[in-house]
Amino acid sequence: MARKLSFLLAINEAMHQEMARDESVIVLGEDIAGGAGGSAGNDEAWGGALGATQGLKTKYPNRVLDTPISESAFIGAAVGAAAAGMRPIAELMFVDFMGVCFDQIYNQAAKFRYMFGGNAVTPVVIRTMYGAGLRAASQHSQTLYPLFAHIPGLKVVIPSNPYDAKGLLIQAIRDNDPIVFFEHKALYELEGEVPEESYTIPFGEANIVREGSDVTIVAVGRMVQQSLIAAETLAAEGISVEIVDPRTISPLDEDTIYESVENTGRLVIVDEAHPRCSFASDVGALVAQNAFHALTAPIRMVTAPHSPVPFSPSLEDLFVPSPEKIAAAVRGVMNAKAGARR
Amino acid sequence: MSGEGAAAGPDAPAGLAKLVMPKWGLSMSEGRFIGWLVEEGTDVGLGDGLAEVETDKIDGVVEATSAGTLLRRLAQPGETIPVGAPIGVIGPGDADPAVVAAWAAELQASFIPGEDGDSGPKTETLTADGRRLRFLRVGGGDGTAAQTVVLLHGFGGDLGNWLFNQEPLSSSSRQVIALDLPGHGESSKELVTGDLDELAGAVGAFLDALGIAQAHLVGHSLGGAVAIRLALTRPGLIASLALIAPAGLGAEIDGEYIDGFVAAESRRDLKPLLERLFADPEIVTRRLVDDVLRMKRIDGVTEALTAIGAATFPAGRQAHVLTADLAAAAVPVLVVWGTADQIVPPAHAGAAPVRARVEVLEGAGHSPHMERASDVNRLLDAFLGTV
Repeated sequence: MARKLSFLLAINEAMHQEMARDESVIVLGEDIAGGAGGSAGNDEAWGGALGATQGLKTKYPNRVLDTPISESAFIGAAVGAAAAGMRPIAELMFVDFMGVCFDQIYNQAAKFRYMFGGNAVTPVVIRTMYGAGLRAASQHSQTLYPLFAHIPGLKVVIPSNPYDAKGLLIQAIRDNDPIVFFEHKALYELEGEVPEESYTIPFGEANIVREGSDVTIVAVGRMVQQSLIAAETLAAEGISVEIVDPRTISPLDEDTIYESVENTGRLVIVDEAHPRCSFASDVGALVAQNAFHALTAPIRMVTAPHSPVPFSPSLEDLFVPSPEKIAAAVRGVMNAKAGARR
Repeated sequence: MSGEGAAAGPDAPAGLAKLVMPKWGLSMSEGRFIGWLVEEGTDVGLGDGLAEVETDKIDGVVEATSAGTLLRRLAQPGETIPVGAPIGVIGPGDADPAVVAAWAAELQASFIPGEDGDSGPKTETLTADGRRLRFLRVGGGDGTAAQTVVLLHGFGGDLGNWLFNQEPLSSSSRQVIALDLPGHGESSKELVTGDLDELAGAVGAFLDALGIAQAHLVGHSLGGAVAIRLALTRPGLIASLALIAPAGLGAEIDGEYIDGFVAAESRRDLKPLLERLFADPEIVTRRLVDDVLRMKRIDGVTEALTAIGAATFPAGRQAHVLTADLAAAAVPVLVVWGTADQIVPPAHAGAAPVRARVEVLEGAGHSPHMERASDVNRLLDAFLGTV
């Protein structure tokens, strides 16, 4: 009934609709126009490295700025434009490249509201691809959202499906704070029901992707899809898994996580980032502090190892938390008999 | 069924019948197969529960569509299966296993899902009076249906509220159309005043745009008041009124529900309110709440609901009591009300005109067409058969 759209086209549609709605919305980044030839020549946008900005340059030639390979310059320009009243969407192709423009993000954008007594707003959205699986090696495959969640003043958004991608991106564009919006490359082809009209999803509201009674899985982005596959396998074994997708890790909907753990008594956190000082370790610590009484088994984390993303395809496949590893961790907490107190 | 592959398929050897993924509600295109409830070799009767299937909206049990022995279980737990795809084979217990195996393999190999895996009718949109309206049309055969029935949902609802009624009420001689009222679902959110006249006028313009000369209206709650108003303003257009827990028959209404529904921004706000719509609060699943939240988060919905609420239900009262108008409207009237309605008092049924048929459903809440669908369908079908 409802229309289905891919994750990639949901993001594309969100930008089209917000550019039509609000003239102050602009888009800038590398290779976001041109590239594919076509009848309109260079303006017939392929639309970014993987096509997310397709059609924007043709429709809004003066509001889509195809920049040189100069992350520090165009991210700085986006932050400055936001401070001056625009609503820029900057596409930083791979989050791995964020290092060269980090000052603009964590020392400038994230601080303006605080340092100017709440009088300054910085409505910038930085869209960026993350994650392993594309055989793109260590410098194009990382999952770096924990770096941004650590910084007060930034909001960190990680959609796991097309519906959320569109609603969260529209919310991000309308939000007055700087936002880093993480898109997993391996999700772009994922299809789902997406309303044609504009809509928003508030930040800090977790989605219960699947209801269950035995174990809570907390996961974001692509790991939600991996967890769903694991949950199907486990259901056949009689294990009922609840999957909580926080959707934004800063702000974080702690209440929904605690409520779910109160119901299940067991927690597995699935995170494609490295295990130390991460989203997974953060959620684990919060639950241990605030819902310890509800736990009947130790908390388990399923994460990538503390290692760069390997280029070897077989090693890269082992690097990413798989449905098999997630299912094994869930079986592990099911078998743990509150071992700490014998 | 759209897509010839879905309807066609290899001929069945004598006595064998296939069991397929059922279609529950118009939006279902596939189901997740949870598991079998019976072993291969079990004798099953028509309607016996054989397997569990989960969909985006509802969970349910696949019932046997023929009697015999469950010879073959084709679907595996965890599989996502398109509507209409074979999931099992039923036949005589002494059927030749080789023949069964060969036919089962042939069924699976030859199955082609409908377009998008969806074999049901699709929603359409039209523009009437400059307003986009989304609707879903079911039944009516080749378009020369003797009867047209239009379903009008309540405040904050959409055409999906008739999920359990629209198809059962339709036939080759009766087309049943559900639409999203202005400000709701995927219809235009822009309203001038949001009052009953505007909503009724939009439904009238919708019928005109479809070239429908006469329609029977079924209205729930706010949709009931809209139906009454339209019957008055366009007397020749409306042939009968079936009113389910309608607004417009008294001043009282649960104003806290109306205001709370408009203001609700989260699952926590919304769930207790939605539970008031049903006698059994268990009906309000997380998915139901999520679906309503999704609707509320579409641009313009809150403004539209605020306007409609202010015009029709200001300060916790109904602005329009239409009993005299309803008595004057020269059309047959059916009123259906649940005794456990928490939103609009069932006592308002007493204000229906004397010629009206009034049916009271013991223990049903404000949405009997959802929680007591088969009862309501039976009442509507009988009423529509006489008008």
